[in-house]
Amino acid sequence: MKTNETMKTMSFADAIEDALATAMATDERIIIIGEDVHLLRVNLLSRFGRDRVLAAPISESAFVGAAVAAAMGGLRPVVEVMLVDFIGVAMDALLNHAAKTFAFSGGNWHVPLVVRAACGGGYGDGGQHEQSLWGWLAHIPGLTVVVPSTPADAGGLMLSALSHEEPVIFLEHKLLADYWLDYLGAGGRDTVTYDIPMMGATGPVPDPWQPVPIGKMAIRRNGSDITVVGVGVGIHRALEAATILAQNGYSAEVIDLRTVSPLDREGLCASVSKTGRMLVVDEDYQAFGLSGELAAVVLESGIQAKYGRVCVESTIPYSPEMEKQALPNTVRILAAANELLLKR
Amino acid sequence: MEINHWHCYENMFSSRQFEASVTTVWRSGKISGEMHLSTGEEAITAGTVLQLQAGDAMALDHRGTSAMLMRGVDPFRLLREFMGKSDGLCHGQGGHMHLFSKRHLAASSGIVGATGPAAAGFALANRALRPGSVALAFFGDGAMNQGMLLESMNLAVAWRLPVVFICKDSKWAITTLSASVTGGKLVNRAIGMGMPATSIDGTDVEAVWKTASKSLIRARKGKGPSFIHATCTHPEGHFLGDPLLRIARHPVKEMKKVAGPMIKSAIHLQGASILKRSGSLATVTTLIGKTARDQHFSGKDPLSRLRRQLKKENGRLEKLENELINKNQAVINRALAAR
Ligand SMILES: Cc1ncc(C[n+]2csc(CCOP(=O)(O)OP(=O)(O)O)c2C)c(N)n1
Repeated sequence: MKTNETMKTMSFADAIEDALATAMATDERIIIIGEDVHLLRVNLLSRFGRDRVLAAPISESAFVGAAVAAAMGGLRPVVEVMLVDFIGVAMDALLNHAAKTFAFSGGNWHVPLVVRAACGGGYGDGGQHEQSLWGWLAHIPGLTVVVPSTPADAGGLMLSALSHEEPVIFLEHKLLADYWLDYLGAGGRDTVTYDIPMMGATGPVPDPWQPVPIGKMAIRRNGSDITVVGVGVGIHRALEAATILAQNGYSAEVIDLRTVSPLDREGLCASVSKTGRMLVVDEDYQAFGLSGELAAVVLESGIQAKYGRVCVESTIPYSPEMEKQALPNTVRILAAANELLLKR
Repeated sequence: MEINHWHCYENMFSSRQFEASVTTVWRSGKISGEMHLSTGEEAITAGTVLQLQAGDAMALDHRGTSAMLMRGVDPFRLLREFMGKSDGLCHGQGGHMHLFSKRHLAASSGIVGATGPAAAGFALANRALRPGSVALAFFGDGAMNQGMLLESMNLAVAWRLPVVFICKDSKWAITTLSASVTGGKLVNRAIGMGMPATSIDGTDVEAVWKTASKSLIRARKGKGPSFIHATCTHPEGHFLGDPLLRIARHPVKEMKKVAGPMIKSAIHLQGASILKRSGSLATVTTLIGKTARDQHFSGKDPLSRLRRQLKKENGRLEKLENELINKNQAVINRALAAR
């Protein structure tokens, strides 16, 4: 970071919007496409006009597909699919087109596209509206997937995504982005409460904005006994757990990957070779996903480490009580961490 | 089947009562997440679902409550499901957008447009295994732009499937006026694919009933799908706590806190110039005004409409309503008292 910059405080959602507006002001190729963006992005609409903020019909396969080719044609679309769960409808555009064009064209044709979606649970909306899916998306070569956990990273990663030459999936967690939580969870009620990680929902951001590099993790807490690694809200749960572990005499290092794909292999391996223990906290599905990939990366590098994971193991239940158990929570993280710490 | 107005009214009234109670429970915080009511759609539901027979299937969208109730699903188990309890219809796993009753061949989806393929598939199974039975697809005007729904309409024609496609047109898809993102007329899409299509006033249960009756006979006889376009309004907006309606109802209190940064920064000083800010404000206030206007029953409440017809027998009407109110209250009390 530059030394002459100052910091200001911003909410997670405002940070994304502010960074986006900053980039849109200097790059006319950036356009916004999505359902209800005339309201969701009303500030950008009024500032940049209808030609750059395009309200779409509920036709995800068409408008995401169109965004892919618009990117190939020279624009830099930010296409929104509301919740990442709805990306299923548009999957062909991403799987078979956005992700393939660079390879198929022999490396001659880029797709500078940002796909923006809200993700994650913790507000009782059921398994078709609360998925994370970053591992599932990152599985596809050619897709970059970023998952910020703080306002500074949200804005900084958005800036990097906007200048990236290849498709980036940008996921904003609904417990961090206040407007989504109000929209889908509270609906103006003060009779409901959520476990919102305060340091993620609001925090300091650089002024002026600095891009956060894609593919670079951040160490959120230094430690020596165990590496707890994850993204998004999982990081905040891990930090809570680390505080409790410290009270019990254990020193946990908390690593925020920030980018799921491409992974910061070096950063991860450096930490795990130091601590000898890796605990993955992942709000995405357990099997065949990020948590297994991290284990593979560590194994491949020849590091001997104890390994554990706290993930979502099945369809997320609607019931708030059952949901609480299904998502990674501090209690589950502590139990898994203690188990690993006892292994010699 | 001939329409029985009293039977329709009983079902529509019960559904309305139930959803009014659901609203109270939701506001009290005992129901999590979103809550999309089918209030305003009761005539469409009654005019179609009450004509179903054993073996018929229903593909429901995110407003499935009235259809589930009118098909005979226990309201206690529905409310317990909304409350996320293990004795709920789906053991608390689904919630209001994902209601399933295998016994009734009734399945819901929160994915807009997904009821098209689902109804086509139910119809395929019904034709093979339960000849003479049909499948209903319920969806909104917004869903009519979803590829999979349009594809299934074509599929149903190509395979002559016994499907009745029912478009509940409220004019709005969340905060989008459907007309602003939709080309042509919705019925013409269905006609273009080669199926009969009728536009009706979806607050008139008799009109719905008659049209649906023709479609059902046609489907049962193996003559293929048809399309019903029925207009309606959603007096609670898209979902409970709809930010646009909140602002319309309590402008001073809600304007500042509603919907996070989207509206907030439109009214804050920082950022855009006065001119631009008032531009965004104008966009928002226009939307608020239009939503408040469109989503108001303004004499077009399907329930009061039917009630006016039955008012001749006022004694019977009031007796029925009192019975239904008590019945509903007993269910709600039981659901709230259960652990
Ligand atoms: C594939 C998909 N895209 C977007 C959404 C978000 N969404 C939920 S309801 C809705 C509007 C649906 O409008 P309409 O079909 O007219 O039904 P209504 O809610 O008005 O009854 C949208 C966009 C979704 N659930 N699924």
